Amino acid sequence: MSDAFTKSEMMIVAAARQLAGRRVCFVGVGLPNIAVNLAARTVSPGLELVYEAGVFGARPARLPLSIGDPTIVTGATAAVSMVELFAFYLQGGLIDVGFLGGAQIDRYGNLNTTVIGPYDAPTTRLPGSGGACEIAINAGEIFVIMRQSRRSFVERLDFQTSPGNLAARHDSDGPMHRPGRGPSVVVTDLAVFRFDADGEMTVESLHPGVTADQLREAMAWEPRWGAAVGMTEPPSLEELRLIREELDPAGVSSR
Amino acid sequence: MSDKVASMHDAIAELVRDGDTVAIEGFTHLIGFAAGHEIIRQGRRELTLARLTPDVVYDQMIAAGVARKLVFSWLGNPGVGSLHGIRRRLEADADPAQRLEIEEYSHFGMVGRYTAGASKLPFYPLRSYVDSDLPRVNSRIRPISSPYGDETVYAVPPLNPDVTIVHAQRASAAGDTQVWGLVGCQKEAAFAADRVIVVVEELVDESVIRADPNRTLIPGLIVDVVVVEPWGAHPSYAQGHYDRDNAFYLEWDAISRDETRLQAWLGEWVHGVSGRAEYVAKLPPDRLEALTPGPAPSGEVDYGSYR
Repeated sequence: MSDAFTKSEMMIVAAARQLAGRRVCFVGVGLPNIAVNLAARTVSPGLELVYEAGVFGARPARLPLSIGDPTIVTGATAAVSMVELFAFYLQGGLIDVGFLGGAQIDRYGNLNTTVIGPYDAPTTRLPGSGGACEIAINAGEIFVIMRQSRRSFVERLDFQTSPGNLAARHDSDGPMHRPGRGPSVVVTDLAVFRFDADGEMTVESLHPGVTADQLREAMAWEPRWGAAVGMTEPPSLEELRLIREELDPAGVSSR
Repeated sequence: MSDKVASMHDAIAELVRDGDTVAIEGFTHLIGFAAGHEIIRQGRRELTLARLTPDVVYDQMIAAGVARKLVFSWLGNPGVGSLHGIRRRLEADADPAQRLEIEEYSHFGMVGRYTAGASKLPFYPLRSYVDSDLPRVNSRIRPISSPYGDETVYAVPPLNPDVTIVHAQRASAAGDTQVWGLVGCQKEAAFAADRVIVVVEELVDESVIRADPNRTLIPGLIVDVVVVEPWGAHPSYAQGHYDRDNAFYLEWDAISRDETRLQAWLGEWVHGVSGRAEYVAKLPPDRLEALTPGPAPSGEVDYGSYR
């Protein structure tokens, strides 16, 4: 098997490794789904997969094609109503990590999945929140996975669907409580970011072959660099084997 | 015991009226396509359509002109991309005569709205929307102070549909309805509604229901009509009966991008058939066969006999 890897495979592996030590994870479809399943077979055995469709402890036997694929039900620990899932599992504080993405993100990890352009007459109408807004607010921490470009890593969002890093909030003494701490990691096709104490996204590592200039080209603000920016550890042969042979053999999301 | 079984034609004719708020619920699972198509065939107008995920069924209904307003929380073709019929009626270049009104929440907000509606309460409080722009564009999402402390949380108003339509694996003729797999928010949406239509894969004897009361999602008490319509959720799925026809969801992306093609599809597959039986007969048999899952039966439990 080749040790050459795609950008998607690098994103999946980098995200999966961040799940070490986490117990309960709110999963989305696509890359997060593969990342979480990879983590369960590598760095985080016993990881519990939660799907907003109303499943706790999923054991999908195939790559789920949608957020409510029947394979997430068969063999799961529990199939519950959505109000129970959101009220007791998520709002009840049982979710360690939630995965989110978006069309736009800013330096504080605020996310837009609603519109490009004005809300009342958008140039592009996007899907909207789904469960993202409450996941962003209630999950212990948020991992963001998305491809980056000047159009997606923006200075100012067209619409703030899901709030970002709590440390960046300016009116943090207000009466509205946010139980989770917001985004802690952003994994893109170029780099891994974390957040500084003031809530700003900071480069932790560049993926193999990516230069600082390439990163700058792919975001609308001047990135803040961590103290010791290294190279993201490339995928191991075993990680690639699990992705290619077991988790996404058809290459739906990883190629 | 009352027999509520009726044809889909009669159920929609009797219970869905122009201007109604209609919820066809079922999260990815058990989506009532057969009912949606019958509403199109009967030419209902000015409906307010409510659903967490409008999905392909509302893309079809809205493109067919049955609705004036959409209440929702996630607008997409799940696992595929966009709902182009709806987008064409929302975006900046939409034809003003066709423009769709929207009222937008999050998933938790929508299930909370049905829960408040079913419970006959004036609102549902939840920890969401903090530092989000959603309350700015939807003034019905409002902050509320706790009567027991300093805290403020957001609230959403009840949603009480005129009609809720749910698809299920089985029901008795009296409307006692059992579902397994994802149960979404069908129970909440049904209890919140004034009228309830249940569409099932299989009609069963009352004794089947009574043998497993924990599996009953909706009691006949609140059901007006039972429609028996095998494959009535296609191209979505019914756990244990058939898989999602993912190829169709992918095809819909191409069909819905082009309004002419979309209308031609409605002409052939909705207006061009008398009902679900004819629609199913039109599908290639090997396509249906490929969607049939292998077995994974539940273990039996013993409720015990107490005399």
